[in-house]
Amino acid sequence: MRAKFIVMTATLAATAVWRNRLRSVLTMLGVIFGVAAVIAMVSVGEGANRFVQAQIASLGTNILFVIPGAITSGGARSGWGMRSTLTVADAQAIQREAPSVLAVSYANRGVAQVVFGRKNWRTAVQGTTPGYLGVRDWPLASGRFFNEHDEKGAARVCVLGKTVLEELFFPGQDPVGATIRIGNVPFRVIGTLAAKGQTSWGQDQDDVVLMPFSTAERKVLGREILGTVQFIYVKARSSQVLDRAQAEIERILRRTHNIGDREEDDFAVRGLGEIASASQAAGKVMTRLLAAIASISLLVGGIGIMNILLVSVTERTREIGLRMAVGAKSRDILTQFLVEAAVISGSGGLIGVILGFAVTRVVETVTEWPVVFVPASAAAALVFAAAVGIFFGYYPAHRASRLDPIEALRFE
Amino acid sequence: MSELLRVERLTRLYRVGEIGVAAVSDVSFALERGEFVAITGPSGSGKSTLMHILGCLDRPTSGEYWFKGEKVSELSPTRLAQIRNRSIGFVFQSFSLLPRTSALENVELPLYYSPLPLAEQRRAAKRALAQVGLSDRASHSPSQLSGGQQQRVAIARALVNEPDLLLADEPTGNLDSQSGAEILSLVASLNRERGLTVVVVTHDPTVAAWARRRISLRDGRVTEDSALAFSDGPSLSP
Repeated sequence: MRAKFIVMTATLAATAVWRNRLRSVLTMLGVIFGVAAVIAMVSVGEGANRFVQAQIASLGTNILFVIPGAITSGGARSGWGMRSTLTVADAQAIQREAPSVLAVSYANRGVAQVVFGRKNWRTAVQGTTPGYLGVRDWPLASGRFFNEHDEKGAARVCVLGKTVLEELFFPGQDPVGATIRIGNVPFRVIGTLAAKGQTSWGQDQDDVVLMPFSTAERKVLGREILGTVQFIYVKARSSQVLDRAQAEIERILRRTHNIGDREEDDFAVRGLGEIASASQAAGKVMTRLLAAIASISLLVGGIGIMNILLVSVTERTREIGLRMAVGAKSRDILTQFLVEAAVISGSGGLIGVILGFAVTRVVETVTEWPVVFVPASAAAALVFAAAVGIFFGYYPAHRASRLDPIEALRFE
Repeated sequence: MSELLRVERLTRLYRVGEIGVAAVSDVSFALERGEFVAITGPSGSGKSTLMHILGCLDRPTSGEYWFKGEKVSELSPTRLAQIRNRSIGFVFQSFSLLPRTSALENVELPLYYSPLPLAEQRRAAKRALAQVGLSDRASHSPSQLSGGQQQRVAIARALVNEPDLLLADEPTGNLDSQSGAEILSLVASLNRERGLTVVVVTHDPTVAAWARRRISLRDGRVTEDSALAFSDGPSLSP
């Protein structure tokens, strides 16, 4: 009987909403805009979030960096990376012994003037292993990368990053096979790198020239002690085992460096995972904040519904009295007005979802922002809208249900 | 005939400022099933208050009201609503139909609050509408009907639950004398042919003349309670 009553009331309410279209839309307006705002905000926020995530993923989320650590000499502590305490042998030990590690590469880095024809450019020169691109997930744009043979022979070959390419060569000019000078040493260009973009801290990763590790060590950078490295790049088997890989690396290096239990590490292991999860958390907070602000308009919409329902209760006092005279209990009257509130706010929510979806599409095409429509946000906004309607409908409905039937029947 | 209702020493006080004013005071009478009673009196005599109590819309301040053997004066509002829904039909002076709602749906209204299934509900409403001779107006809204037709829809609404008691409050007050006579004749025939117990509340002696028994009120007290001779109405009717 209850279900029958609610279905009939809902049908009647829907008919009434349709019959008074203009008034209904005006009543719903707050809810419509509220729901649309929530959906648009969540979509834009989620889009921005995914964009940042993609940027971070381009740095490699399952990558760990090992850098030389702070060391104390004569009581004065130097900062991270000031002294080369890492060696090629360390990198090889990690590759050999750490089970969670897929691949290892290492590098030394310096700055040099590169010259081609009448153009020149100051850039980072990095000597590294043939496996470097695999560890960094960095594809080639043209040509080839150097191989073990080049490494063994300390061949004077190099691969150019996109920024360096654009600074030294004219558009459309093929650099592969050209000879450039790096700090007065002639090098043959054998390939170019695909664009990698900026790091999350704004460093241009494409402003680099890569060459075999041995070549850089002996002919360009001139290290004090051969066999030391500035960076070890470690690719873990997956981003899930990142923590385990880090622990394995630390254990191996503490052993090879003869570091006692009480002593500080003379190296540091850094990952992008922390940065990724931090920025992901920040993005989530941002999206929630946007949704919360948008929800305020939904709340205001609810107050609009309450206002109209209060007017409606007064307007329909006689009807309420009549319904009570023919047998409506106060609970029935309460239900009737609550159902009406839910129908109004629910239809408003539905229109709001459509509007919010449309706004999302418009934002996407006009601003070319990455926008991600989140179906869950639409469902949540819809449920929230109905809840707001019922919450704000309760007071008017309660007032209606408390009317004295005799007074209500007498009301003109 | 069996007894339908009985009131004993019924009193209803209203608070006006600090003092209580008795709208109905020390009223006692009983009604048999199938009676046609007019409760008359000038305005302010308490006849509306008495009707509200008889119709289970209000409860007495003191005294007892027995309806169908149940002591109504002590029941909860929810139980009273149930009795109104199943056993009492109301007809009001101003018809009180829902605007922009068809005659049939208006007649159905009391059934929304009854456990009757939907299909059954529609059938009962059609039957009630046929009883008042308005089957061909089922889909009309009140604004498309004349005053007399609207009041007949209201009577159909009162009949749809097959009540034990029909309570009419100045049923002809908003009608011209011709339509008023038609309405009263309809009520009289329902009483005569179906044994429906009818209570009409009115200040109009020509309306009261249709009833077989008259209870007169003045200042909340019964001044006259007489079973009138059987009457088919004033001389103008056949």
